[in-house]
Formats: sequence, C-alpha cells, structure tokens
Amino acid sequence: MKAATQLLCRLLPRQSRGWVIAGPYLWFLVFFLVPFVVVLKISLSTAEVAIPPYAPLFTFGDEGTLNLAMHFGNFAYIFSDPQYILAYLSSLHYAAGTAIITLMIGYPVAYAIATSKPNVRPMLLMLVIMPFWTSFLIRVYAWIGILKQNGLINNFLMSIGVIHEPLNILNNQFSIYVGMVYAYLPFMILPLYSNLEKMDHSLLEAASDLGAKPFRAFLSITLPLSLPGIVAGSLLVFIPAVGEYIIPTLLGGADTLTIGTVLWNEFFGNRDWPVASTVAVALIVLLVGPLMLLQHYQAKEGEKA
Amino acid sequence: MLMASTDRFQPWTDQSAEPQLRIENVVKTFDDFTAVDDVSLNIYRGEFFSLLGGSGCGKTTLLRMMAGFLTPDAGRIFIGDQDLVGLAPYERPVNMMFQSYALFPHMSVEKNIAFGLQRDGVVKDEIIDRVAKVLDLVQLSQFAARKPQQLSGGQRQRVALARSLVKRPKILLLDEPLSALDKKLREATQYELVNIQQQVGITFIMVTHDQEEAMTMSSRIAVMDKGKLVQLGTPSEIYEYPMNKFVAGFIGSVNMFEGPLVDNQADHSTIESHDFGGQLLIGRGVGYGLGHPTSVAIRPEKIRLAKREQPMDLPNKTTGHLKDMAYLGNSLVYHVVLESGKVLKITAPNLGSHPENEFFRDEPVQIGWNASACVVVEP
Repeated sequence: MKAATQLLCRLLPRQSRGWVIAGPYLWFLVFFLVPFVVVLKISLSTAEVAIPPYAPLFTFGDEGTLNLAMHFGNFAYIFSDPQYILAYLSSLHYAAGTAIITLMIGYPVAYAIATSKPNVRPMLLMLVIMPFWTSFLIRVYAWIGILKQNGLINNFLMSIGVIHEPLNILNNQFSIYVGMVYAYLPFMILPLYSNLEKMDHSLLEAASDLGAKPFRAFLSITLPLSLPGIVAGSLLVFIPAVGEYIIPTLLGGADTLTIGTVLWNEFFGNRDWPVASTVAVALIVLLVGPLMLLQHYQAKEGEKA
Repeated sequence: MLMASTDRFQPWTDQSAEPQLRIENVVKTFDDFTAVDDVSLNIYRGEFFSLLGGSGCGKTTLLRMMAGFLTPDAGRIFIGDQDLVGLAPYERPVNMMFQSYALFPHMSVEKNIAFGLQRDGVVKDEIIDRVAKVLDLVQLSQFAARKPQQLSGGQRQRVALARSLVKRPKILLLDEPLSALDKKLREATQYELVNIQQQVGITFIMVTHDQEEAMTMSSRIAVMDKGKLVQLGTPSEIYEYPMNKFVAGFIGSVNMFEGPLVDNQADHSTIESHDFGGQLLIGRGVGYGLGHPTSVAIRPEKIRLAKREQPMDLPNKTTGHLKDMAYLGNSLVYHVVLESGKVLKITAPNLGSHPENEFFRDEPVQIGWNASACVVVEP
C-alpha cells in the first residue's frame, strides 16, 4: 500500500496529486455527507400522509416568500419517550458486552496466530476470514437451527443425557450475544493480530533475561504494547454493533428493543420517517465520540509504523 | 590490548585458578545444520572474553545457549558448580545486552532499568538508589525520564548496558554491542565499555564479527568457524601466531607462501617456494618431516619495501614490480608483483615524503622480511 502510494507520487506531477486525493473526498461527500444531510433534513420535518411521507422543509409562500419550517419536536420527543432511551441503552449494552466478550475470545486467538509458525499463519488467518464468504443473513439464520428447542445443541445435550428438558437458549439475550460475538469476532481478531504480529520478540527475551516469568512478561510487555490493537478491535466491534439490526431481530425475542429494531419499526411499521431519521441522527452523534477515539489510535499506530 | 597495559591479568595461565564459566562439549543443531559443533571453553572471573567469527559461525548460538534462549543438544554449561542447562533465562545469574538493545518502548529509561530489579523483589528505596548509580555510571542521569525513542543510538546503547548491569549478574553477555553505532562512536565506545567493565568487575562475554573490536577490547578471543572453536588466545597470540589459514586471514590480512620443507632445525627451518622464487627462512623449527608441504603466513606490515638499488640486509628478499598503491592517510598499501606473478600486499607507515620512500606505479622494487615474520600455519 505504502509502496503503491510512493509509486503514484513519483508518477504523477505535483499539481495532479491534489486530484488523486480529491477522489476519495468526493466519494465521501457524495455517498456519506449528502445522505446524512438528507436524513438530517427529514429529521427536522413532520410526518404526513403523502409521497414522500413528510412535510417539505422549504415552501414558497403566496407572496413569493421562501418559508423554512424546522421542527425540533422530534428530538425533544425521542429524548422524552423512555422507549427510545431504553433502546439506546440496550443497544449500548449489547455492543459493549459484545466488545468485551470478543476481546476475551479474540485476544488468545490473535495471540496464538501471531505466535504460530509463519508457514501456517496464512491458513489460520484464512479460517478467520472464511465466514465472510457466506451471506451474513444465512449465517445468522443458521444459528436459529443450532439454538432452537429441538436444535443441534439441545438435541445433543439431551441425547447424551446431560439435560432432560430442552434449554431455552433462543430468542433471548443469550442468543443475541451468541450471534453478535460470532459475527463480530473477526473484526476483533484481525486488528489484534496485526498488532501482535509486529511485536519485537527480542523484547520478551529481554524481559525473560531480566527475570520476568512468562506471565509477568506478558502483563508488563505484550499487553501494554498491544493496547492500540485492543482499542482498534474493540471500536471496530462496538461501533457497528450499536446499530445492529439483523441479529437482534432474528435471534432476539419479540420484546427485544434495540436502536436497530426501533429504526426499522419507525420507517416501515409507522412510516414516520422524521422520527426514524431523528433516531438515526442521534445514533450518529452518539457514535462520533468512539469514532474519533478510533481515528486517534489509528493515527498513533501509523506514526509507529 | 588495554588489559595487559594496566596489569598482568592472565588467570588462564594459572593452573590452580577455577574457571567461572565452563562450557563442555556443547553441540547445537538446527534441522540438518550444525550451528555449534562440540565446543569447550573455560572463561575466568573478570575476563573480557570475545567470541569472534563471521556470520553463521555459531558464535551467537553459543551466546544464546549461555543466556538460556536455546538449549544445547549435547554438552553442559556451568557457572561455578551450577549447571545452567535446563534453567530458564529468568533463573540464570547472567544478563544479556541485545544487539537490537530490546529496550521496552513504552517505559522510560528509568523504568527500563528498574524492570529487572523489580522482578527480583528488591525494595523500592534500593531500586531508586541502584538505578541512579548505574545511570551515573553510563552518564545518562539527565535522561532518566525519557522514552527510548527520544534517545540517540549511542544513548540507547548505554541504556541497554545499564539495564543489563544493574542486576549485577555474574556474567554479562553482549551480542554485537557496538554494531548499531557509526564508526566514530563505535571506537569511543570500545574504550568506554572496557572502562565500565573494569569498574564493575563483572565478566563480559562479547560476540562480534569485527576483529578490530575484539582485538581492542578483549583479554582473550575465541575464533570460531563453521560451528567449531578454531583458536583461543590473547589478541597478540592470535595475531602473531594464527593456527591456520582461516584465522590468519580473518584477523588482519596475510600473504601466504606454500612449499615443501627442505630444512628443519631447532631454531630455524626453510621451505622451497616457487612463488617466492627460492628458499624462505623461518625463524623457528616446525613439527613436520622434510618434504612436508608447509604454509607460511607473513603480515603485510612486516614486509619492507625498498628501491632496487638500496642495500637490504634481510634473510628473505626478492624483487618485483609495484602494481598498485593506495594512500590511507595514516598508512600506505602497496601491491607488488613478484617475478613468479604472485601479488603481495605490503603496508607501510606514512613517514612523510622522501625520495627513498616515494614509489611509482610499475617501478622495479625489492622487498624483504625477517625470518621471525614467517609464521607456519595449518592449511
């Protein structure tokens, strides 16, 4: 990547370089900023039975005046209705829980891959990435078959006689966590691996030489040096997990309340686009903090490399 | 050699002296490659010992076995009566200074140095005291709070030294300690390292590929080649009496002559050399029978170069033409072609410009050397 950038810099005359950078910026402008402005605009409107189902922001008055009507009521509404607050809290709770569990599972996996023999590493990494080859929806759906009352796990446990009644492990918090951890684990493992793989092995030798037993060396050297990887992995899991819709819908119970399900219901159930947009805008604002944190740590990683 | 100039430190000549470190018949193989092949060594307390050899000669493997990062396939390593084989690195009374320094990037200089003491459970006040003392020893007191990235290469090298010294190991292992420094700093640091070693009185074992470094700093040198110990001795022993062609060529440079032994007495011997164009007088007797093919090494600085017409009172002399010359500032290097076509390398001190020592390319010259300059070496 770096070599490619350097090559590009050499090939292109100085003034054209600006245009190369303009490409990605334009992409963000068109496909991120513009939709966001549209959503923001809708969030400041009110619902109407019309096509599109919301009142226009700008209207022309009889005497040629341009009227701008911005309703902030939606924002006041979602912050006064406990349902939205609860949905946000529950989404944050699932996302944080998923980040912690994926870290607990992902760190040992990433460590094992990073310390494995170099010739088996590509295969192990391939195994981590392999689930992406199948549709996300199908993979989550498959968990229903594994977790349901007469699913794989219950049938197996009953056949060996560990339990006599099927366990209730679908359509509750547990199944949501199973699905989220399963789906987001690669996003934790990959940044952790790339961090741990760069670790200078002689640092651990030096720690050992200075009298540190292996676990002490891990705590004093490996763990603090992998902190940027831990932060990057946690945020890569946390941020998309907050807005997750498919997993709570498929694996959660009917009463599951997350920001993703609320959004869906407002858009497609109530056809209240302004409230749905308000929920989306609030979610983005909520996530800007963690996103900036991620960028900060990535910049730090970049400096080191 | 700095050691010999201050006192006669030669415990290896004392039959009653107990070696501090004993390496007995150590072997290490990686897959089908024998890195260390049956090496035995005794190293004495207070020595500055060098393991010298080219890359892949097994010197670093041997050092890493002393530190505990590798386990020998066969043989034993003792410090005093303690068998080191089987002990983890953190259980050994030795410390190592790494070639890359391996400083912990997330810790300040102070914390890097204190790390080993904390592992030993030294009380806090003593840690502070000992860290301050060792920082003073390496003259880095004002950099205690810096991170390693904020230091220059030479400063990092001294932090690494301080970190490995602060635990007062019985033996300090140094893996190419000066290789990351530039030439000028390297020379200054050579002396500094020897001074520090004498101040702390700890045995140093250094791995190096740089023969000049080994010569300057060491009490003794072990020359290694292809996993084997080729020659063990003081710098001057190894330089003046190399055992074989490899050592002769690795430590400095030499001119070689070969031929059958034609005369062998107690105090001198002679070989017949075609390349030399006659008989070569050697200043000592040798252990071969007459007619045995013999190799003789002569150091470039021991050959005298003169104009053809000048008188030269040396037992070994011949004529040739000056082929090339190089001006090195402090010395001059000449390449002389003998009548046989053999090219000899000669170095001479830069004595200043004088008609007698001003030579020109293709000039007919004569060269000569003493019988004592000829050293018989194994092939």
